[in-house]
Amino acid sequence: MGTPSLAVWKFTSCDGCQLTLLDCEDELLALAGAVRIARFTEASSTVIQGPYDVSLVEGSVTTPEELTRIQRVREQSKILVTIGACATAGGIQALREFSDIAEYQSLVYASPQHVETLATSTPISAHVPVDYELRGCPIDRRQLLEVLTAFLAGRKPNLPDTSVCTECKRRGLTCVMVADGIPCLGPVTHTGCGALCPAHNRGCFGCFGPMNQPNITALVDQLRACGLDERAIDRAFRTFNATAPEFRR
Amino acid sequence: MSHRARQLRVSALARVEGEGALNVVLHEGAVERAELRIYEPPRFFEALLRGRAYTEPPDITARICGICPVAYQLSACLAIEDACGVAVSTEVEALRRLLYCGEWISSHALHVYLLHAPDFLGYPDAIAMAAEHRDTLERGLALKKAGNALLAAIGGRAIHPVNVRVGGFYQAPTRATLAPVAEQLRSALDTALATVDWVASFEFPDLELDHDLLAVHAESQYAITRGRLRSSSGLDFPVAEFPDHVVEHQVPHSTALHAELDGHRYLTGPLARYTLNFEQLSPIARQAATAAGLGSSCRNPFRSIVVRAVELVYAVDEALRLLSEYEPFQPAHHPVPPRAGIGHGVTEAPRGVLYHRYGIGTDGLVTTATIVPPTSQNQAAVEADLRALVAANLALPDEQLTPLCERAIRNYDPCISCSAHFLDLTRTER
Ligand code: SF4
Ligand code: SF4
Ligand code: SF4
Repeated sequence: MGTPSLAVWKFTSCDGCQLTLLDCEDELLALAGAVRIARFTEASSTVIQGPYDVSLVEGSVTTPEELTRIQRVREQSKILVTIGACATAGGIQALREFSDIAEYQSLVYASPQHVETLATSTPISAHVPVDYELRGCPIDRRQLLEVLTAFLAGRKPNLPDTSVCTECKRRGLTCVMVADGIPCLGPVTHTGCGALCPAHNRGCFGCFGPMNQPNITALVDQLRACGLDERAIDRAFRTFNATAPEFRR
Repeated sequence: MSHRARQLRVSALARVEGEGALNVVLHEGAVERAELRIYEPPRFFEALLRGRAYTEPPDITARICGICPVAYQLSACLAIEDACGVAVSTEVEALRRLLYCGEWISSHALHVYLLHAPDFLGYPDAIAMAAEHRDTLERGLALKKAGNALLAAIGGRAIHPVNVRVGGFYQAPTRATLAPVAEQLRSALDTALATVDWVASFEFPDLELDHDLLAVHAESQYAITRGRLRSSSGLDFPVAEFPDHVVEHQVPHSTALHAELDGHRYLTGPLARYTLNFEQLSPIARQAATAAGLGSSCRNPFRSIVVRAVELVYAVDEALRLLSEYEPFQPAHHPVPPRAGIGHGVTEAPRGVLYHRYGIGTDGLVTTATIVPPTSQNQAAVEADLRALVAANLALPDEQLTPLCERAIRNYDPCISCSAHFLDLTRTER
């Protein structure tokens, strides 16, 4: 078996999740020795033709071109991993689906010469089978390394799927919602960031998306008790994972 | 294709942030069209900000760009504080500047070492460059890591920090959190100085351009978060007059808008800052610039890599100064009650002037949002560079001229993800 190949693909996104790969300063050169980085446009002019052993896909599908491109990416990839809230849940750009602005309600164009844009922003899994989904806006660097290491070693990644609250408790942080009445989405949000916001005296705003089987109703009651009205509660769920089924309102 | 017509194309520009292409069309030896085509799908940020709470734009607009989220967060904060009539404390301002230094260090180190230097040394990427220049690349990665460490120590993480809010921060970091970063930055200063030496030894294609330059200017310091706008053509105006001078218009080949300053093309970013604010650089950064052979202005876009290296020295030096003066403070933010009105905010993103404007209603919800990112301001200048470069190098075969054009674009470190988010939506029936 030769050196496994890695490809990085961009759909509609901010580039932050693929930048996370370049932010692995200590591991980057070792990683480049262990895999052949066959396609990573943001970092290299070299493009090696597929198939690829592992593809990392950033971004959501928002154009007709992306609808067909994702099929080609899937065909060429043995393992396809989505990186981040855009690719896993549709991202902030999926907010177009909630707008009452008339322009959003059907296919929209900037002007006829421009790239066509869909009225939806959908996750990769709405179009092709996905082997693993990394959460977060952006993804966590350590989680990315775990996923890459696991797939390169031929095993399943070992990442927890509980809530941010678990992480908070593990770190011994004071609960900002209980202690200060600060609204927090931690009870329903997928773990992975290390409870960053509570550690900074801030409520979680759900950037890792819904955890497995979240109790949204119970949290909504708590948010009301913190003083949020219905519109504010809607806004709280409508950020970077607004069209994830559990968060959709 | 007839021998009179010639076309240079790159369908997917590499080592830039986002999706862009290059298209140059020549006819009978003259450049007919020179286009930086931006096909990044628009994400409609300005539309989706309408109806959000006035406290939300910093976190939402950060997601326009993963490379310069702090720039977005802070331009947004300044605009909203302006609308609400609140001025933050000097402590908040200093901590913002410190955080912003982290982003300059990280972003410039990324561009200099991983994206731009391979062009000068003839490699397709930094990994290939590492085969023969491993120590150099490791040095660059260490520098980038120091910037990220500073971002994470203050903001919680390097990409889309969580600690920034309208009025200041959720929490001021402790001295203990910052101490190891200061340690890293002390060695980063040597690394940054070595970076200037290294890039100054590169060979630079000849190209001198006469673009007007626009940058934020402050008397007392190299402007990042505060100041007035100045141009090399002599303009000098406050942030609130930005929309009176800068007008954007749509061009057919791009999902980004082009901007003009009083009707002409202009340039923003490191070359503009350096030339307009040379006097405000710290002594060590000025010395490094002089030793690298830069005068007090720089007009060759290929030398922007040297200017970025000088700004790396400045940002590390400035971060060390701010760290040495830092005392944790409480409360970490200034209260900013909502007020109906319009506010403007400008900061110097790593790639140049980043302008935000928000209208806020009596209910504290955003009524309008306008964002002018650096790359759309620079697009006309980039295309002018392409024209000039091609016209001066017509004798080169396509295999050499096309990569030279691609390099001319990378000179600007264009951030295409930033540039394509603000189209107006018009519906066309199908
Ligand atoms: S998930 Fe967030 S960080 Fe990642 S690409 Fe999308 S907007 Fe950027
Ligand atoms: S602060 Fe938020 S995440 Fe932490 S325990 Fe409380 S509710 Fe859960
Ligand atoms: S605490 Fe919540 S919002 Fe904050 S980084 Fe973690 S998942 Fe994202």
